[in-house]
Amino acid sequence: MARRGYDGVVLAAPVTVPYQRYSTESTAWWIGRALAGLAATSGIAHRDFDGFMLASFSSAPDSAIGLTQHFGLSPRMVDFLPMGGAGGVMSLRRAARAVQAGDCDVVACVAADTNGPQSFRYGLENFSRFSQDAVYPYGAGGPNVSFALIAQAYMAATGATREDFGRIAVAQRQNGLRNPHALMRKPLSLEDYLGSRPIAPPIHLFDCVMPCAGAEAFLVMREETARAQGLPFARLAASIERHNAFPEDRVMLRGGWARDVDDLWAMAGMRPADMDLVQTYDDYPFISMMQFEDLGFCAKGEAAAFLRDRDLTVTGDLPHNTNGGQLSAGQAGCAGGHIGLVEALRQVTGAAGPTQVEGARRALVSGFGMINFDRGLGSGAVVLEGA
Amino acid sequence: MQDPIRKNPLKKTRTALLPPAARSRKAHLLIPPAGRGEFALPRCAACGAFAWPVPEACPVCLSPDLPLTAAPRGGEVISATTAEVPADLYFRERAPWRVGLVAMDCGPQALVHLHPEAGQGDRVRLSLVLDRAGQAVLHAAPEGERDMASDPQWQEMAADPRRRRVLITDARHVAALPLAQALLAAGARQVWLGLDEAWKPFAGADAIRALEGAELVPLDLRSDRSVGDLARDLGGKVEILVNTADLLRPGMAFAPSVPAQTREMMEVAAFGLMRLMREFAPAMASRGADGTAPAAAWVNVTPVIARVPHPRFTGYGTAHAAALALAPALRQTLGTGGVRLMTAFTGPTDTDWFDAFPHPKLTGRAIATEIVAALKAGREELVIGDLARDWLKRHAENPRALEAELARGQY
Repeated sequence: MARRGYDGVVLAAPVTVPYQRYSTESTAWWIGRALAGLAATSGIAHRDFDGFMLASFSSAPDSAIGLTQHFGLSPRMVDFLPMGGAGGVMSLRRAARAVQAGDCDVVACVAADTNGPQSFRYGLENFSRFSQDAVYPYGAGGPNVSFALIAQAYMAATGATREDFGRIAVAQRQNGLRNPHALMRKPLSLEDYLGSRPIAPPIHLFDCVMPCAGAEAFLVMREETARAQGLPFARLAASIERHNAFPEDRVMLRGGWARDVDDLWAMAGMRPADMDLVQTYDDYPFISMMQFEDLGFCAKGEAAAFLRDRDLTVTGDLPHNTNGGQLSAGQAGCAGGHIGLVEALRQVTGAAGPTQVEGARRALVSGFGMINFDRGLGSGAVVLEGA
Repeated sequence: MQDPIRKNPLKKTRTALLPPAARSRKAHLLIPPAGRGEFALPRCAACGAFAWPVPEACPVCLSPDLPLTAAPRGGEVISATTAEVPADLYFRERAPWRVGLVAMDCGPQALVHLHPEAGQGDRVRLSLVLDRAGQAVLHAAPEGERDMASDPQWQEMAADPRRRRVLITDARHVAALPLAQALLAAGARQVWLGLDEAWKPFAGADAIRALEGAELVPLDLRSDRSVGDLARDLGGKVEILVNTADLLRPGMAFAPSVPAQTREMMEVAAFGLMRLMREFAPAMASRGADGTAPAAAWVNVTPVIARVPHPRFTGYGTAHAAALALAPALRQTLGTGGVRLMTAFTGPTDTDWFDAFPHPKLTGRAIATEIVAALKAGREELVIGDLARDWLKRHAENPRALEAELARGQY
């Protein structure tokens, strides 16, 4: 059946709490900064946020509800989404429907995680039951090996090469150098990329994101609320979400987008070519290639050829991960599932500053996450349109 | 790998790190089959689908009934990589580490420890094996006969006698000499055999003395001092300990001599093992990563009568059952260093004390051959001999019937 649209629902008040490689502050501190950022940006007091969506891996022992008291919130709806890279899309979809149905007026969507020197390993050890039982004991040491196995199969199936992956990483670093908050400050050449240290071939150092502390946040409200506050806003033109999409596939060569992509473009009333910029989930560049294919920008298995002829920088013909993405800005846990969304909101409202794509009005944002065992489970995508 | 050379005393002994040991409660079910060298995976009793990783309900039909079931061992490597920089310290120290994604013939996919000669597209044979944390993991090697000794990852999980020094605690055991021969033939660097009360006649002494690499050492398991003395000499050198301690005096529970004889048997089998544990187990555990052939295994040669109470061997069974009850403590102590505890259950042996038993009875050579093979395969339990296997099966099926049968002399 045709999916119902999100008429009258908008996003506003993009907030990024600048990332740090390591932080001695707890996750709650980062959540607090994000909420304060939302209030300052929107002019709406945090006590008036009547919905609170929290995406975090490291908020324990608290989930979203305990933090309402911590921050003096009195929401009508809370939700907790410790669900990684698709979490931004998931928060937005839930918030949008709540606002549309009248259950809430202003929903704060916050993603935050802190990071200490031991956080990464601790996170791996405690990631999930299947990971604990059947991944971590194999020397896999987290996502690198699991993604290496997928990448190897993807390369064998499509003929994509490390050079193809490298071009994505290099273009993103060029974009990231425009972003004052990006943690990676050094230019990256294709030679640097190809010559970097092997982590789990074909995955090398510059295929991997740098874990860090940080927060991303935005508000979801009715269009008239945004207008009353004088806030720049973006409409939610379409969205899809799917988890464990193709359990019968022996190895992950496609994500859940492939199952729902027609719904996405039908709901948006747009085509991939209409997008002024694309924000993919880039925890490994080859996963971005998979998204270009599964979201209809090119045929399956042809992302390498498709991207070879395109300029992915802010000034190029297909601006991609305009703030440098996670590869250059850093991966702040669950904030990694929101970084593209918040940047896209800035872009289509003309508020992206040094990374602004000229005339950007329409953006595709996609999320991907939770490599639980042998594949990433979560996938989602949204189309944002500036007013 | 090079042969171990004399250790530089100025260098730190490597800490015995272990691979990640945390597992769900259900995943612990895999330990017994892995320890026995069996390949059994959860299979839905309702719809027949195999599942991996071990779930709480069948992902096909949601039945909660997924007993471990013997599975076909074949598979195909979908993808392979080498972890060069693992986050976990154990693997980091041993990197590069080969990992594969395998489509198992029984259905599901699995991450596996991958033999160096297996690559993408290859057919492989899967094993469920215990790693150094004592947890069950999957290993895949190319189909056909493979030299597992050439796979450093397999060697981490096995307790191959090659280049290791071995203590056999009782030279008088029927399997002692064959064990020494088999271990040396398998590449053991040195085998010591404990001999109590050397003044007593011992027919096998000359054969042991004639064996290059073997040496008799004084060891009386009934004596704190004797065990302590030997541990001071060898405690830091033994990489595999094979406990052959045994003293057999048959008898029903009501014979006048039984309490005294049982005390003697306990002194050897149970208290002897306690003394060995106290003196040798912590030392071995501390050397679980010492050099290129670190401490690897402790083998208790245990008469199956310890598990299957035999009415005509009351005291003997009691003494070995007591020794068997020490196994969890011993396993946990050794486990802190990744050293494996293996229990080798033996049926009646072809010796004077079992003269009233019908054949088939076990030779020392059969015991030795199976123990060496099990060490190479990294197992933690083996049952040696048709009679022992038969008893255990009958005991599992119907212990009261077996009790009556044994009392009537129906072996």
